[in-house]
Amino acid sequence: MTQDGIGAPLRRKEDRRFLTGRGRYVHDIVRPGQLYAVFLRSPHAHAEILGIDTRPALAGTGVVAVYTAADTAGKINGVPCAWGIAGKDGKPMKEPPHPPLALGKVRHVGDPVAMVVAESLAAARNAAELVQVSYKVLPAVTGVADAVKPGAPQLYDDVPGNLCCDWAVGDKAKTDAAFAKAHHVARLDLVNNRLVPNAMESRAALAEYEPATGDYTLYTSTQLPHVARVLLGVLMLGIPERKFRVVAPDVGGGFGSKQVVYAEEALVTWAAGQLERPVKWVAERSEAFLSDAQGRDHVTHAELALDKDGKFLGLRVATLANIGGYVSTFGPNIPTNLYGPLLAGAYTTPAIYCEVKVVFSNTVPTDAYRGAGRPEATYVLERIVDVAARDLGLDRVDIRRRNFIAKDAYPYQTPVMLQYDTGDHAATLARALDLSGWSGFAARRAGAASRGKLRGIGIVTYIEACGLAPSRIAQQLGARGGLFESANIRVNPSGDVSVFTGAHSHGQGHETVFAQLVGELLGVPSANVEVVHGDTARSPFGLGTYGSRSAAVGGAALFKAAGKIIDKGKKIAAALLEASEQDIEFKNGAFMVAGTDRAKSFVEIAGAAYTPPPSYPLETLEPGLEETAFYDPVNFTYPGGCHVAEVEIDPETGVTTLVAYTAVDDVGTVLNPMIVEGQVHGGVVQGVGQALCEDCVYDPESGQLLSGSFMDYCMPRADDLPVIVSATESTVSAHNPIGVKGCGETGTIASPATVMNAVVDALAAYGISHVDMPASPQRIWRAIQAAAPRAAAE
Amino acid sequence: MYSFAYHCPASLADAKALLGRIEEARLLAGGQTLIPTLKQRLASPDAVIDLKGIGGLAAIERRGDALAIGALAKHAAVAASPVVRQAIPALAGLADGIGDPQVRNRGTLGGSIVNNDPAADYPAAVLGLGATVHTSERAIPADGFFTGLFETDLEPGEIVTSVSFPIPHRAAYVKFPNPASRYAMVGVFVAETSSGIRVAVTGAGPCVFRLAAAEQALARSFAPASLDGLRVDSQGLSSDIHAGAAYRAHLVAVMARRAVLQALG
Repeated sequence: MTQDGIGAPLRRKEDRRFLTGRGRYVHDIVRPGQLYAVFLRSPHAHAEILGIDTRPALAGTGVVAVYTAADTAGKINGVPCAWGIAGKDGKPMKEPPHPPLALGKVRHVGDPVAMVVAESLAAARNAAELVQVSYKVLPAVTGVADAVKPGAPQLYDDVPGNLCCDWAVGDKAKTDAAFAKAHHVARLDLVNNRLVPNAMESRAALAEYEPATGDYTLYTSTQLPHVARVLLGVLMLGIPERKFRVVAPDVGGGFGSKQVVYAEEALVTWAAGQLERPVKWVAERSEAFLSDAQGRDHVTHAELALDKDGKFLGLRVATLANIGGYVSTFGPNIPTNLYGPLLAGAYTTPAIYCEVKVVFSNTVPTDAYRGAGRPEATYVLERIVDVAARDLGLDRVDIRRRNFIAKDAYPYQTPVMLQYDTGDHAATLARALDLSGWSGFAARRAGAASRGKLRGIGIVTYIEACGLAPSRIAQQLGARGGLFESANIRVNPSGDVSVFTGAHSHGQGHETVFAQLVGELLGVPSANVEVVHGDTARSPFGLGTYGSRSAAVGGAALFKAAGKIIDKGKKIAAALLEASEQDIEFKNGAFMVAGTDRAKSFVEIAGAAYTPPPSYPLETLEPGLEETAFYDPVNFTYPGGCHVAEVEIDPETGVTTLVAYTAVDDVGTVLNPMIVEGQVHGGVVQGVGQALCEDCVYDPESGQLLSGSFMDYCMPRADDLPVIVSATESTVSAHNPIGVKGCGETGTIASPATVMNAVVDALAAYGISHVDMPASPQRIWRAIQAAAPRAAAE
Repeated sequence: MYSFAYHCPASLADAKALLGRIEEARLLAGGQTLIPTLKQRLASPDAVIDLKGIGGLAAIERRGDALAIGALAKHAAVAASPVVRQAIPALAGLADGIGDPQVRNRGTLGGSIVNNDPAADYPAAVLGLGATVHTSERAIPADGFFTGLFETDLEPGEIVTSVSFPIPHRAAYVKFPNPASRYAMVGVFVAETSSGIRVAVTGAGPCVFRLAAAEQALARSFAPASLDGLRVDSQGLSSDIHAGAAYRAHLVAVMARRAVLQALG
């Protein structure tokens, strides 16, 4: 192994430019003669557009164009959905058109109505204020439970009941039978709160058009430049791939919100073509609150059937999932395929049935948000397991142990589609109990009580599915494309290496990790490997980064491409060393004739490939050393683990403080432990945010976003957090050649349930069995107020 | 931001003259409210009159039994001032807890009290200590200065120059921050002064106010236990997604007790 190869805690190559302000984001790119776009957005949650007068705006100083749906209709197709699901009845979901600028009706506050393009940003803003839109305001509905009620405002004439899809997974009859013979049924109603993604870099797009050639270039803050090129170019704008280059330069966080393709990206591209000048748009933060695809937003009823020993017999889950005003790129897939099949968790529950009503409402569309469906599933399952333990008087650790899938039962087929590869839940549990000091908790609780604080401890044992995805399975589930990944390895004449990946890094550290991986495979220092991504003109077609897929799928593609490089290197070495190809071994960065000391270094082989010596058989072997591979995974990967949280609650004020957090994760092969730890930290914090403070709140009457800025949308801050103890306890994935599982979302998947289990444990003395997220001070205080008289009476 | 004229007068008289001459003029002190308001296009004044060129408005000094703090004294300067820390540590602590370092190094005492944001910290100290607000025209007692939501007793053209804080026997300020913004959702300033007990509450309602029931209870005995069972009326208190009026009322009592405890600490 090279010293900076697989497993080395290498510092990130990216950090120097990020930490010294030398990153290059879309906003940093300035093109000669660029114009500025501003979007006029709907101030109403639901309204008919009676008319738009753009003339006063067009008369403004420096205004170049003002576009509305009347200009783009027939020119730009609707915003497409990349993943269509089917309901219980086998019929496809309702997929109403999503025009890039609102046509006839607005369906959420922030719905774009007009685009103003001007010589300066100030001129565009001034003009946007002059666009006269006449609305007929309609009753709005924002809450998912309200949206399915009879008589609720209807978003679409041809979508009765606002129901996009009535979806289910699992065997209902078998599950009902399991409940019929249950000793006990635990029940839980919960809300999974809506979240705003809040990437540090707001969305931005800059498009230019070259009239002499008809070439378009779009710089955009996306997680999936190749997919964006197809969806925006081919499907929306009718621009063929060869004429459309999409560049995703440095991207400052995505969390799923940038795996969505957006109307604004298509509109600036189209406008650049119309005006034959570059057009730039950068979202303001308040605009991001109103237009970035949001996350979560479920209302769920769950029931867990148990036998007298606490063994799970069956799980029944009914969820209402709010997908907002339009079908987003992957929107309907998140609360269905990425949710229901995750409900088996780490347990042997033999019968599971989950139905999900996917519902439109007058809110910003929802889509993937870090974890995407899996945190929601883990939250339901791990909360109801705690409820069941309490109902039956069982220890929370013990009930989980009794129901674990045993290590030797892997590979394991769950009753809800997935086949898990590997895992060792007993091992991650034991390590987490040890690292968290679980057995010493009683003393800490007593110590807290002496200070007037309620201390609680929570535990979660989870398994998730990532590494999206086997194309066949994905397509059966409605994906409208493949989900493989690409890699191109170009060994340069001097022996240094350029790597082109279809994955995209927006914080994950691919430039470091992929260099480590390729360096290890080719026996060269990772410093000599440059990773290129985020440009359709440079990288082969790839699907981008989301769902913790880059290492498992993109890394596996690199493994395949490296194998091809080595195979060709062996052929070259055989010729140079006058040996048989079968006798050449590649070891420690050298091609050797087995059993001899005759060898050619990697650098020598690279040199020979580009400067073929007389012994190079050009008649039968092409010169050059560059290989491309596409890898389509055989299955998902299944990270798992055990998280433990401790909280202290001030019963006087309701303030919850997270005082300890331990994450033990099985992420498969660890490519760079420092990056894994960073990903786990970030993921945990994002989940802690959901559990303790983040909450996207709409006014139920007006449909206005009440948490529309950081004044009201509460993000977790560094001083809210304890030191997070992170460890890996890995089993190697059997589903890809490098054994990785994924680490980008594990923290976000496990931590909301872990923290809330601790919160409810802290409140156990009050007889409180559930509190919805976020556990804000007021919510906890109210829960205590409501419970205190009860507790006093008992 | 809309365009506006910018003036930077060198004297109070010049500033007053500009205020008298320009129809829609706004004074700029630290700009921590005005600049964001301008950037968000929520205000479109004809002119902004920057006070930074006027000398002598940022002084901090002890004058007998009072601290005189200039209107342009920055929060960070008040927080770090040995004079303030020695005379009224609660006031230095309050200033040290406003916003974040960027805000504390730009924002000013005068700007804060003139704006009278219902969630601002300084009004609690001004009212809680029974301070006197000095303007270009007159001296205004704290009890008459804060008149309502973002409203004060100031007349058009009147400029705050300094605030005089009587030095209390002891005092403390404890706030419960809004979880998102970290502005005071409830902040309580308690002070035992030579003229009696004063308890001022910010954040909880549309305007800072005194809590008579707590003052009377503490006048009997300045101890946390005096406030046991204190019921704060939620009538008229603010309500938002973070805290309803009942929760705010509850927090006022809790913060008041904690402030007394801290003052005794």
